[in-house]
Amino acid sequence: MQTSTLVLFLFVIAVFAFYSSQNRSISIAGKLGGIRKLSSLPSYYGTYSVLLTLVPVLLFISLWISLDQLVIERLVVEKIPKEYVPLNTSDYQLMINKIMSISGGIIKNDSVPSWQLDAAVRMRQLSVISQWSITCLSIFMASILVYWGFRRVSENFNARPVVETIMERMLLASACIAIFTTIGIIFSVLFESIQFFRKVPLFDFIFGLEWSPQTAIREDQVGSSGSFGAVPLFVGTILISLVAMVIAVPIGLMSAIYLAEYANTSVRAFAKPTLEILAGIPTVVYGFFAAITVAPVLRDFGESVGLDIASESALAAGAVMGIMIIPFISSIADDVISAVPQSMRDGSLAMGATHSETVKRVVIPAALPGIVGGILLAISRAIGETMIVVMAAGLAANLSINPLDAVTTVTVQIVTLLTGDQEFDSAKTLAAFALGLMLFVVTLMLNIFALQIVKKYREQYE
Amino acid sequence: MSNSKLSQSISTDGADPKISEQVLDVEKDLLSMESYSTIGNNLVEDAKMSVRNVNVFYGDKQAIFDVHMDIKKNEVIAMIGPSGCGKSTFLRTLNRMNDTIDSCVVSGEVTMDGENLYDPKLDVVELRARVGMVFQKPNPFPKSIFENVAYGPRLHGLADSKVDLDELVENSLKKAGLWEEAKDRLHQPGTGLSGGQQQRLCIARAIAVEPEVILMDEPCSALDPIATARIEELIEELSQNFTIAIVTHSMQQAARVSHRTAYFHLGKLIEVNPTETVFTMPEHKLTEAYITGRFG
Repeated sequence: MQTSTLVLFLFVIAVFAFYSSQNRSISIAGKLGGIRKLSSLPSYYGTYSVLLTLVPVLLFISLWISLDQLVIERLVVEKIPKEYVPLNTSDYQLMINKIMSISGGIIKNDSVPSWQLDAAVRMRQLSVISQWSITCLSIFMASILVYWGFRRVSENFNARPVVETIMERMLLASACIAIFTTIGIIFSVLFESIQFFRKVPLFDFIFGLEWSPQTAIREDQVGSSGSFGAVPLFVGTILISLVAMVIAVPIGLMSAIYLAEYANTSVRAFAKPTLEILAGIPTVVYGFFAAITVAPVLRDFGESVGLDIASESALAAGAVMGIMIIPFISSIADDVISAVPQSMRDGSLAMGATHSETVKRVVIPAALPGIVGGILLAISRAIGETMIVVMAAGLAANLSINPLDAVTTVTVQIVTLLTGDQEFDSAKTLAAFALGLMLFVVTLMLNIFALQIVKKYREQYE
Repeated sequence: MSNSKLSQSISTDGADPKISEQVLDVEKDLLSMESYSTIGNNLVEDAKMSVRNVNVFYGDKQAIFDVHMDIKKNEVIAMIGPSGCGKSTFLRTLNRMNDTIDSCVVSGEVTMDGENLYDPKLDVVELRARVGMVFQKPNPFPKSIFENVAYGPRLHGLADSKVDLDELVENSLKKAGLWEEAKDRLHQPGTGLSGGQQQRLCIARAIAVEPEVILMDEPCSALDPIATARIEELIEELSQNFTIAIVTHSMQQAARVSHRTAYFHLGKLIEVNPTETVFTMPEHKLTEAYITGRFG
């Protein structure tokens, strides 16, 4: 049986387990004089049975699947004559892959050496055996567990706390998956970066002023200086983020003040979701909006007033990114402004302050830590934004702080380094991981800083 | 007509096994009445503020019915009554704080020194500088003690120099009885003070703009008895210079600090009399029932 069919079948068994245990508990209750005589509600006995069956069997299946390939490989290689088994790992892997392709029928088996054919046949047999044994074993295991769960149902067995504990463990496991994934990502980036820093000194990377990642793959290649100074990239990133912030912060903040302080309920009900639609537009759409609409308009405008604006300017990318970030800032600012107690506003108004004086002198100062936190979160969003800059900002790694020039960003370079045909041990490819690591560290620090500020704000009125 | 009906229900009051039942009857009458008249001396000679035919609505719901009364210059007038009787709403009509509530509509006339406060041409901001307010829960701004008190003077340009401002802040804190406790920590946050100190800071903040009238909306309900006693003393002192209208849930407080007392019930102003009269020989059945604690 296919594994997916098997899992489906197990779910059918689980449904059976649920109803059989539930019904048994109901019939026990009937004899005793009502459900209140049971230690737990009937559905808890059912759930207990389901969990008792599914959790161990599914764990068993996933363990089997993760190991069976390895075991089969060992068994196959054992039978291959010693002289054919290569010693170095990559050739060994190549051989295994070839055998797998033959046994899967991808490579026609008339042109291959007979020892490979034998190995392929053996591999095929072993996988069939493995498939059959897991099917039989898991169904056998499931039936025993269903029966066991069914037998355990009695008026004295309290299934409720058991189900509670299992639920808690399952929730814990889900939380762990997210945490381990994060840790896994960090380590994979970290190890590749360490490899990169073996080839390129850390100092050159962080303080180098020239970025030109083309390295020679062959000896005779030309035009491949390969210098990895990340400064132009980070300057470009900061420049574009700055342009974005110059646009997003005032507009976002002012729209938040309007929505939180001035707008009546019907305007708010209309304006707030509309503003949030901005957040729902895919960034790639913003990207071609920037590249196809905004950038040419800016360039033509520059020509008409005698300014030289590059057609892929930091200004165009930053401006569109700023528009993308407006709802982000306005929504956080709106929340913190609304969280300022009404009594503050009343106090100020009762002193004879106008509405805007109240906003300026009391509401905004009181909400400031939260607003700053929101802005910092928005900055880390801007720094990490990729699609808009890929499409609108270009690839030229100019070291420039003029927003009218073409610049490039860290994320754009990561994309270009890792797309297309790659060699995974060249400095060029590994540079992407180093950039990613640095970007990660920067945004992590910004986020921690922002969260600290937001947390401080929460305690302010208590 | 309605007046006679009310007095009738009072005069039929005999020695009373069924007083609470009768009170309920009076309350029912009051609810069904289209118009009514306030008992006692609600109108005075030298009025600072005059309230005529004031009705307040929150959307469809009417919160205040046809209130007529005067507030005398330099008196302390207490508004008492059961929860939801409209006394706070009434207080907020006096400096138009109800304007901040969208659904709230006020009709009638409120005048201060003969000037109609609900005149569309009147500048609300200026009015609120003349009629200060202290709220139920102390609400110092999250700024320093100094900045809290200097807030109003800065807004209205009351101090021309730093020296003037320092002096004004000091005087206000002295009048609010907070100077001794606060003089060494003027530049620390006002939110770091105790509840009672915060409330006195709010009073100092209110009197720093030299208002003519101070409205207090249950200023002691969030404070402990000792802090309450200090505020009550303060109200007594302030009454020499300011006209004070105070809403309170505590009848003892009303008896201690006020010169006149107004009793509100279900949005209607039932009785206004000198405080002593209200607490010793209330004229109206409902007032009597309330001050003797039969409901509230």
